[in-house]
Amino acid sequence: MKNVLQMAISAAAVLAGIFPLACQPAGNRQRQDVPERRSVLRLATTTSLYDAGILDYLKVFFEKKYPVRLDIISCGTGIAIEYGKRGDVDILTLHDLELEEMFIKEKHGIRRQPFAYNYFLIVGPPEDPAGIKNLEPADAFAKIKSEAEKNPERIKFVSRGDNSGTYFRERAIWEKAGFDFRNIQKASRWHIETGRGMGSTLMMADEMLAYTLTDRGTFLAYKCHNLAPLCSEGSQLLNMYSAIAVNPKKHQRINYEMAEKFIEFLISEEGQRLIGEYRVSSSDQQIFIPVHKGTGK
Amino acid sequence: MKELAGAFAKAAQLIITFDPQVLEVTFRTLRISLTSTIIAGLLCLPFAGIISFSNHSGKRAFISFIQTLYSLPTICVGLLVFILFSRSGPFGNAGILFTPSAMVIAQIILISPILLGLTISGLSSVDKPVKDTAVSLGASRAQVIWTVIKEARFSVISGITMGFGRAISEVGCAIIVGGNIKGFTRILTTSIALETQRGELELALALGIILLTMALIINLALSIVEEKSR
Repeated sequence: MKNVLQMAISAAAVLAGIFPLACQPAGNRQRQDVPERRSVLRLATTTSLYDAGILDYLKVFFEKKYPVRLDIISCGTGIAIEYGKRGDVDILTLHDLELEEMFIKEKHGIRRQPFAYNYFLIVGPPEDPAGIKNLEPADAFAKIKSEAEKNPERIKFVSRGDNSGTYFRERAIWEKAGFDFRNIQKASRWHIETGRGMGSTLMMADEMLAYTLTDRGTFLAYKCHNLAPLCSEGSQLLNMYSAIAVNPKKHQRINYEMAEKFIEFLISEEGQRLIGEYRVSSSDQQIFIPVHKGTGK
Repeated sequence: MKELAGAFAKAAQLIITFDPQVLEVTFRTLRISLTSTIIAGLLCLPFAGIISFSNHSGKRAFISFIQTLYSLPTICVGLLVFILFSRSGPFGNAGILFTPSAMVIAQIILISPILLGLTISGLSSVDKPVKDTAVSLGASRAQVIWTVIKEARFSVISGITMGFGRAISEVGCAIIVGGNIKGFTRILTTSIALETQRGELELALALGIILLTMALIINLALSIVEEKSR
């Protein structure tokens, strides 16, 4: 009988030897091609921006311009801020003004630059059982609440419940409408918290024929069969995306130089034009509006 | 249900056309999971041998501890490794957070309990006469352990298969420690999570089918090794 274990180990060794060689496709090879001095810029982003695909699109142009590899980490707003505070990333892209200002105030970040915006949408079944079409966001929420209390089986609202920028916006709209958010949360018959990302939450709203608040990019990128945008206007729905460079004085080895370059690229004429021109494959609608008027469309 | 049929068609299409992105992610997945399985195996086999042959009073308790760790949630391992290797953490200077190396470390921690536990129970099931014979033939301690490991090879291989299965299918560790960076730390499971989040359900399922196909190939290879040894 052969020595099985030796065989197994040598097979494993062969695999271990082959795989690192055979399995170094694009990623690693690319990294060997580029000059040594190509630095790494780590960007933590809110999921809605990443899921819309715009960062992967901008990355290509940015990497052509500068000797840098842009590593994009898509995560919830809460954890993105945590990465920034710990110095694990060099730059953040977020969409919650309050959290961003707190981050700057606590000296974790040193430069905040808005670069694109769009509007949140209140989406729901096209028949609109609560009758909220084209209402101001706060009025629409109040109407959903009063109608849902009458008919909680038919009318539901799905909430992210995950400390994301979109979730904080939902809370702000409830407060604006004059409700204590804690009481809304308790209304579990019609107010459903998913604790999940925007895509998953939209999927659940789609299945339940419920109302929800979503960012425009994710809604356009995601194929919702049973949902239509009902409210899309009002300052409460303004969704501003900003980039923040992490403070290099707080941690060693923060790539502040490239973080600055990326921010400058985002608001440059070229960057702003690219942002305005960006489309997802499933829709020819514009998703992001550049902050500088007159550049892009 | 049409998504399921769509997913199979999509998986077939991705495989047949050698979709470069899928190919890249698949190979990276295999590279990371195989590396962690091999390293974990090399660490755990001798250790399991030592534990299995010890008569220490804490042995029972240690085995219970190991078996409890079978239930370790992947996301907790991810968090642990994240805290250790974060720039603000004790090993922050290593600079390996959000790289495949960190993912390998996390997977090793994740699957070691399974490898250890299954190997220990495999070794204990080897008949005592085997040990006695080896000892009576004048084998040293290390030689006895080696003989018994050889006898218990099937449970050892099945332990390795299980460990590999857990490594290749976990998503919690990989997403928090690797960061799911496209072209660098994105693997099949994190792609599946991302595509689901994006609502690309067919593509997500298709990637799942590809993952299972890979697992099938690896398991077949292992069973051939097993077969040859009979």
